[in-house]
Amino acid sequence: MSKNEIIKPFKIDPKFRYEVIKVPGGENLLQCFQCGTCTSDCPIARFNEKYRPRNIIRMAQLGLKEKILNSDFLWLCASCFTCTDRCPQGVEVASVIRALKNMAAEKGYIPQIFKIQLANVLKTGYVYKIPESKIKRRETLGLPPLPRGNPESIMKSLKNLKIMKILEG
Amino acid sequence: MSENKYMIFLGCVIPYRVSSYEISARKVLRNLGVELVEMPEFNCCGLPLEPISHELALILSARNIAIAEREGLNILALCPGCSGTLKKANRALKENQSLREKINEHLKEAGLNFEGSIEVKHLSQLLIEDVGLEKIKKSVIKPLKGLTAAEHSGCHLSRPKKYIEFEDPENPKALRMLIKATGAKCVEYMDETECCGATVAGIDDKIPLYLVREKLSHVKEAGAEVLVTVCPSCHIMYDTNQIRVERMFGEKYEIPVLHYTQLLGLAMGLSPKELGFNELHVKPTKIIDRIVGTSEST
Repeated sequence: MSKNEIIKPFKIDPKFRYEVIKVPGGENLLQCFQCGTCTSDCPIARFNEKYRPRNIIRMAQLGLKEKILNSDFLWLCASCFTCTDRCPQGVEVASVIRALKNMAAEKGYIPQIFKIQLANVLKTGYVYKIPESKIKRRETLGLPPLPRGNPESIMKSLKNLKIMKILEG
Repeated sequence: MSENKYMIFLGCVIPYRVSSYEISARKVLRNLGVELVEMPEFNCCGLPLEPISHELALILSARNIAIAEREGLNILALCPGCSGTLKKANRALKENQSLREKINEHLKEAGLNFEGSIEVKHLSQLLIEDVGLEKIKKSVIKPLKGLTAAEHSGCHLSRPKKYIEFEDPENPKALRMLIKATGAKCVEYMDETECCGATVAGIDDKIPLYLVREKLSHVKEAGAEVLVTVCPSCHIMYDTNQIRVERMFGEKYEIPVLHYTQLLGLAMGLSPKELGFNELHVKPTKIIDRIVGTSEST
């Protein structure tokens, strides 16, 4: 959102903030009084002009639902939790942002990397495709065999999640 | 439950890219009398997938905890991302009955159940709390006198403070104490607690390089010869990416990045080869020559 952009009332969903506080991690959204500690201490904000945790929180409070959920900047949080630990209001900023990302994902806004990683977990248990050669090499390095994933069991415990249906669809 | 027997949780990053950490950790822990049991089956702790679903991540964590519970063992994780995620899930599920019931509904589909009977620890926490600094100091037969190190603990080892309850994230002391136990000097430097940026690399691969540059400059300015880590992802950022960062900014750092277990292993008299030094990208040749002598250098 540029500084000079006028927020038109029809773009606002005044109920959005009440949706956010019901999502795990989003509970403390309304306690934020916009001091800016989160942004000034954010390692990502130092090197990226679009990512501003304080702005994201304010936008959520105002109800700029689509602007947040359909944004690229939301996914830049490194979840280092510096903002969470330093917030004078006890807002778990990184968790509120995670809640917003979870809401975006439920609407189908999911960056490719997460689709790839979830597919790997479902196939092997590991988030990366570890080449067989690497797994075999462990023996020559004196390491015990790598524990294997149990794809069938993993799928059984995840299959009833809403996010799995969204990803399938 | 035995204090020195743990189910080892390797996570995904270590077997994929950072075997030197696992090699050295296993050697050092064996010397300290810590017994490790392998997991009968494994899945990711859930941290990388938390951005798309907190509940999915919780289930992935709970599965691992339930598997360890079946074996009656506490979990030892080498990666702070894994230990932090498993710890948070363990605590939330122990404290919140309705959440536990909800997650157990999903686990039941796979014949698993979260009971809440075990603890999760990171390597640093195990070394400080269970092994103890005294025992570590006693294991040192070749004190690393004259070596100047800097520490980087990694965010997830202590953040968010409220949930991890290990040490003060604004002034982390565990790794400093552990480094000093080897006989090496540990210097403090500017922005010591700053994030390495690894978790954002999948979305934006440039930002972490700026963070790495800053970290390495500060470490160098403080006069450290090595940077010591206890996290595989931080290690990749500072070791594997160091040459890339040097090229990108036209600067030279040449700071070897060691896993703490490699540093301690050297002080225990183990050889660089046994500790996986040949897997490192920034070769610590100068330091090795000084500590072990040229003939044994990797």
